[in-house]
Amino acid sequence: MAEVNITVDGKKVTAPAGTLLIEACKGAGIEVPSFCYYPNLSLQGACRMCLVKIEKMPKLQTACTTVISEGMSVTTDTEEVHQARKSMVEMLLGNHPLDCPVCDAGGECELQDMTFSYGAAESKYIDAKNHKEEQQWSPVVYFDRPRCILCYRCVRVCGEGMDVWALGVQNRGVSSIIAPNQDDHLECEECGMCIDICPVGALTSGAYRYKTRPWEMKHVGTTCTHCADGCKTTLGVRRCDTGMEIVRGDNRDKSGINGDFLCIKGRYAFDFAHHEERLTQPLIRKDGRLTPATWEEAFELIGKRFAEVRGKHGGQAIGVVGSTRTTNEDNYLLQKFARVVLGTNNIDHHRTADFPALAAALSGKPEMTASMRDVFHAPAMLLIGNNPTEQHPLLAWQMRNNVRLHRARLYVVNSQPIKLRRQAASFSQIPAGGEGKLAAFLAGDDSAVDALLNEKTTRDSCIALREKLRGEANLVIIFGSEIRGNNITSVVKFASAIPGAKVLCLADYANSRGAADMGLYPDLLPGYHRVTDAGKFHEEWGGVPEARGLTFPEMVESAKAGALRACYLVGANPIGRFGIDPYAFSHSFVVVQDMFLTETAVMADVVLPAANAYEKSGTFTNTCGDLQLVKKAGEVTGTKSDFEMIVRIADAMGFDLRKLVPFGRGAHFDMGQSRGAQSGEADRHAVWLQAQGLEPQMSPFDPMAILDEIQRLVPGYDVSRMNLLAGNEQHTTLAGSGTGALQNPELIVPAQDDLFSSGTLGRYSRTLNSVIENHHKESAETDVAAD
Amino acid sequence: MKFSDQFEQRFTEMLTHYPTKRSVLVPTLLFAQDEIGFLSDEVIHELAGRLDLTDLEVRNVISYYSMLTTKPRGKFNVQVCTNIACMLRGADELFEHCEKKLGIGHKGTTPDGLFSLEEVECIGACSWAPAAQVNYDFHENLTPDKMDRVLDEYKKKGTQ
Repeated sequence: MAEVNITVDGKKVTAPAGTLLIEACKGAGIEVPSFCYYPNLSLQGACRMCLVKIEKMPKLQTACTTVISEGMSVTTDTEEVHQARKSMVEMLLGNHPLDCPVCDAGGECELQDMTFSYGAAESKYIDAKNHKEEQQWSPVVYFDRPRCILCYRCVRVCGEGMDVWALGVQNRGVSSIIAPNQDDHLECEECGMCIDICPVGALTSGAYRYKTRPWEMKHVGTTCTHCADGCKTTLGVRRCDTGMEIVRGDNRDKSGINGDFLCIKGRYAFDFAHHEERLTQPLIRKDGRLTPATWEEAFELIGKRFAEVRGKHGGQAIGVVGSTRTTNEDNYLLQKFARVVLGTNNIDHHRTADFPALAAALSGKPEMTASMRDVFHAPAMLLIGNNPTEQHPLLAWQMRNNVRLHRARLYVVNSQPIKLRRQAASFSQIPAGGEGKLAAFLAGDDSAVDALLNEKTTRDSCIALREKLRGEANLVIIFGSEIRGNNITSVVKFASAIPGAKVLCLADYANSRGAADMGLYPDLLPGYHRVTDAGKFHEEWGGVPEARGLTFPEMVESAKAGALRACYLVGANPIGRFGIDPYAFSHSFVVVQDMFLTETAVMADVVLPAANAYEKSGTFTNTCGDLQLVKKAGEVTGTKSDFEMIVRIADAMGFDLRKLVPFGRGAHFDMGQSRGAQSGEADRHAVWLQAQGLEPQMSPFDPMAILDEIQRLVPGYDVSRMNLLAGNEQHTTLAGSGTGALQNPELIVPAQDDLFSSGTLGRYSRTLNSVIENHHKESAETDVAAD
Repeated sequence: MKFSDQFEQRFTEMLTHYPTKRSVLVPTLLFAQDEIGFLSDEVIHELAGRLDLTDLEVRNVISYYSMLTTKPRGKFNVQVCTNIACMLRGADELFEHCEKKLGIGHKGTTPDGLFSLEEVECIGACSWAPAAQVNYDFHENLTPDKMDRVLDEYKKKGTQ
């Protein structure tokens, strides 16, 4: 695009044609204040704060609605401009309650900042303030009308950004008010974007309001623990009786892959961490009852029993189940513990997508996995199955706004009329279960088309769609768990024929992808290397059991038959989630690490209280393969991280911890004993640390020590540590992965979570439950009305 | 929700006048109000559905325009202008007179449902101030006496 030259305050500024003056100024480091202007939302021109003087124009102009043109000469800092802005602030303050000392926004309020900058402390108006009591619009959204300055950001973000259109403006002029769609309450997706975007304290959050002040919290930017999209959420924490309490989740710094976006779960559903049923003491079954015990007692018992079973019956008598919500470091360590310490490949997790098939299909091909950012910039997208609005809110936001802002073409194929069809250039409704056939059809199997037809979708429309897609360079193909096994191969085959095409496979939990990448499979090691072909892992770990292990259903069978003598479940609740007979494990010694006494924990012999992902450090890999840092925010006294517990159990079993966690290495200086090819043979890990400019980790409980090993050994994870630590996402690739392996597609059990549910975590979130209850109540009322 | 054939005809024709569907909202609301008397929830829902809008968006538009109403009005809506030209020529007294005569205030409706009264901004009849508008008809150079006659005539028309 052609560049345009303008002058702002005597400074030469160059920006692409079509740039708004306010953005051009921002780019040149000149601040033009505004309330109603918000990047990527439609223009409003309502607040008149961005008035500037443009040469040859008679009156002051709004910088937010002026497109720059060649030779334009602008001044932003004259007495006239100052005076104009000052009077705008004065008018806004005319009916503003000035209850800053109790307002949630106090300290983070744009009106406060403007008042300080432009000073309108004295008002010419002495009219009585028009007061109105605050209103509760939903369990999470409150509205304090007098504080509203009518910038309409909330209305626009709800409509344009979210495609919900739940907020509107009623009346006109001085009587204008922001109104919810249901008269006195909201019926919406409860994302809270309106609250985040509100420049003042008019919209406040049910979870946070009147609890604390912004400057009294510590703000920790971490990765959300709910769905698999990997939004960055900034948690506000405060010291409390039991450690550090999380009081707020929001998106203040907008620096994550989610940009402006955050959904209800990332924003409010941190409250499970402080649920009163949280376990804070180890429990050991004594005389049939789970009884509080000390950590030492618990580790000693577990170490003794695990060692016994391994000694007497071998590793195949022990089963391990990992989690999709623990970090990569926890998962990598857990499978290494299983394979190296327990000597078994019996390890599995709750699978919600077929990543091994994806790795297999991509093996040996150039990199073609899409990142979350790619979805916002791709010129065309194909969505097969899934309902991102409910299951992947960020992905839906990226797709929706890519269509809105970049005019991308979205093709949707689904068995249901999902909401994203409203943004779609083409929507094809196919019979339920036909997604796999679609993949086959796309890949060239014309006979598969018969399974796609119904009254809405014809053979010709399918052929036309395929033709159209073939011509879409740089297409991003997004598919849900409906596509598994060979069908993934078909999708990849189809994508390979399109220049620049990328694929994105959707799983359901925060670290589902990480669990798969880290090798929580009975037949696959980290990086999708087969256990029969352990290669470098064999070398590094000093041996890996070669026999394929048991899948989780096989472990259940084995336990029922009495062969599985011990079972170790880390952050997994298979009994609650899969409806398995709780007595299946009654002959096994069962250890559970969890936050709550879940259906699985109640039948355990030892329960260890675990810290959740908001209470520890490490990394998560989102469903796209974007690796992000998880930072410790909250803390609940009496819990330990899964990482530490795994290490302590290995220690209690008498295992040499240096063989499990690469800590304390790299501190030895090379005094000239080794040279040339031999240097590094002695301690590859130490050499790698030095090459990467990394510090040696000095504690066996430091997850970063395992991240070192992951980065060194897992293909695709050799990303920039500097960028990762700086808080940026780093896209991992599957191009260099192992060969993967065909999995039984039945083992994939979709989470079936919607916008307001989140597996076991969601059950302990008061906010999510209150929203669900509210929505049920409403739909019950509508049903009655409809009758 | 059923409208008259005439409404449907106008609605269908109107759609051809604009590039986007939502543009026909304002005239359509006016037609619907003329036909039903006010914009009921049912009308709002129906029109929102036809134009791919939410009910809230339709309500936003209605609340912006003072000529559109969501509450039932009398058969004859008496709109007395009190802007400057009319005010100088006695509009305030005229309005007070109407209040007394009809026994209702601003935005009120008589119990028999015949009259509503409204104080409105300029209706563009300054040359013949003070002026009032009853539904779509103008009455000019009004005095309390003249207003009585106008109202009596409407009363007769309405009770026939």
